[in-house]
Amino acid sequence: MTIEAQETTVVEQDHLIGLVEGYKKQGYRLVQINCTKVGDLYEINYSFDLKYQFKNLRIVVDGKREIPSISGIYWGAFVYENEMHDLFGIRVVGMNVDFGGHLIRTAKKNPFANPTFRGEDACPKK
Amino acid sequence: MSKKIIMPFGPQHPVLPEPIHLDLVLEDERVVEAIPSIGYIHRGLETLVAKREYPEYVYIAERTCGICSFIHGMTYCQGVEQVMNLEVPERALYLRTIWSEYSRLHSHLLWLGLFADAVGFENLFMASWKAREFVLDVLEETTGGRVIQGSCKVGGVRRDIPCDTLDRMVKDLDGFERELQDIANVFLNDESIIGRTRGVGMLSRDDAYYCGAMGPTARGSGVGIDLRMTGYAAYGKLKFTPAVETGGDCYSRCAVRVKELFTSIDLIRQAAAKIPEGEIEVKPKGNPDGEYFSRAEQPRGELVHYVKGDGTKHLVRSRIRTPTLTNLPPLVKMLAGCELADVPVIVLSIDPCIGCAER
Repeated sequence: MTIEAQETTVVEQDHLIGLVEGYKKQGYRLVQINCTKVGDLYEINYSFDLKYQFKNLRIVVDGKREIPSISGIYWGAFVYENEMHDLFGIRVVGMNVDFGGHLIRTAKKNPFANPTFRGEDACPKK
Repeated sequence: MSKKIIMPFGPQHPVLPEPIHLDLVLEDERVVEAIPSIGYIHRGLETLVAKREYPEYVYIAERTCGICSFIHGMTYCQGVEQVMNLEVPERALYLRTIWSEYSRLHSHLLWLGLFADAVGFENLFMASWKAREFVLDVLEETTGGRVIQGSCKVGGVRRDIPCDTLDRMVKDLDGFERELQDIANVFLNDESIIGRTRGVGMLSRDDAYYCGAMGPTARGSGVGIDLRMTGYAAYGKLKFTPAVETGGDCYSRCAVRVKELFTSIDLIRQAAAKIPEGEIEVKPKGNPDGEYFSRAEQPRGELVHYVKGDGTKHLVRSRIRTPTLTNLPPLVKMLAGCELADVPVIVLSIDPCIGCAER
């Protein structure tokens, strides 16, 4: 099986926009943005690809401070940023299309921000 | 200048198998802007990673989508195998490739039928879905499931395909290919299809690339990205060229899918000819500790399964980025400036799978 090399670089939030602009200038496309809650912090991964070379920028945030939108650089980023806001409660400023928390309708607000059932039985006995 | 009005499109609409809502800003009959809205069927599947142990989660991953379920399961397994440094037996990789291509045939034929229905060509719809039955029968015979195959597992596959069955499958592809050629001829040359699709829903190459278009949506605009070229599963040992069209309209996206039917048949033949004897699985030991972005080419485009483990039996995170989610911004670009009557055809041209997109 061919294994794809993947490079992840952890960067400061203040440097994010400049680095993303650099990727765009080099011709990278935006693959995805995702968020992972690790302890009390959130890891946000910005993935890019150019000719099947996969690169990943990561910022680690506390969820209280706003993060900048990259939708001014990659227009289609708004779906990931709105999703991240709706599921994790990460506040993203400057989105080109801001759904105001209504892109994904959830029964509970920001359901992925505080997952409380890790390791529980799939079907706990009542 | 005409007065602008907003017309809701969906979430229930005859052309939509699944719910998506669009606010169409209209000037007379022309769409000025389209604002998509999803979230009607968000299931929170990714959070179930906290409740299911990592080998069991493949069942959840497969149920992300009812059309490309096998590829979801395979991509998830690939991610975990990479984190755990598992060497999957080569036969299993070939079997995964064969089932992936049958899944692509199944998905494309389903879409072609729906597309024919959307342009009002009922006979073509029935012909496409009749051909699809052949593929579903093969999937049922070899995996036990027509829709959810359940044949992929961390470390390999659950079932083997006996050599005589594989030989028969390859022989049966001859008749199936002839049937597809008749269908393809209509999709590519019929005046009524061309009239409804050519020059409709234009997406430039730059917009396709930088707005995140994937799969036939991107390849229909001249962006030749196909993740199978990275060589995952057994694709690295097979020869193929991605189907690319440069028109950037609904016709080109349709033509890419039609041509990919024949690419899939060719790949199945190549894989069947090269598949080695041997084991079909390796037992995983321990728990995943690390992370990986597993990527594969679904019928609709690039699929990403991000898995992150911390050495326990439950993963910390599973994130599924499906091609429909990334094809939504390009759809917004396509709809701007189109005629209202063309909206259903344009929406369908990205092959939207909302169940996938919302997870």
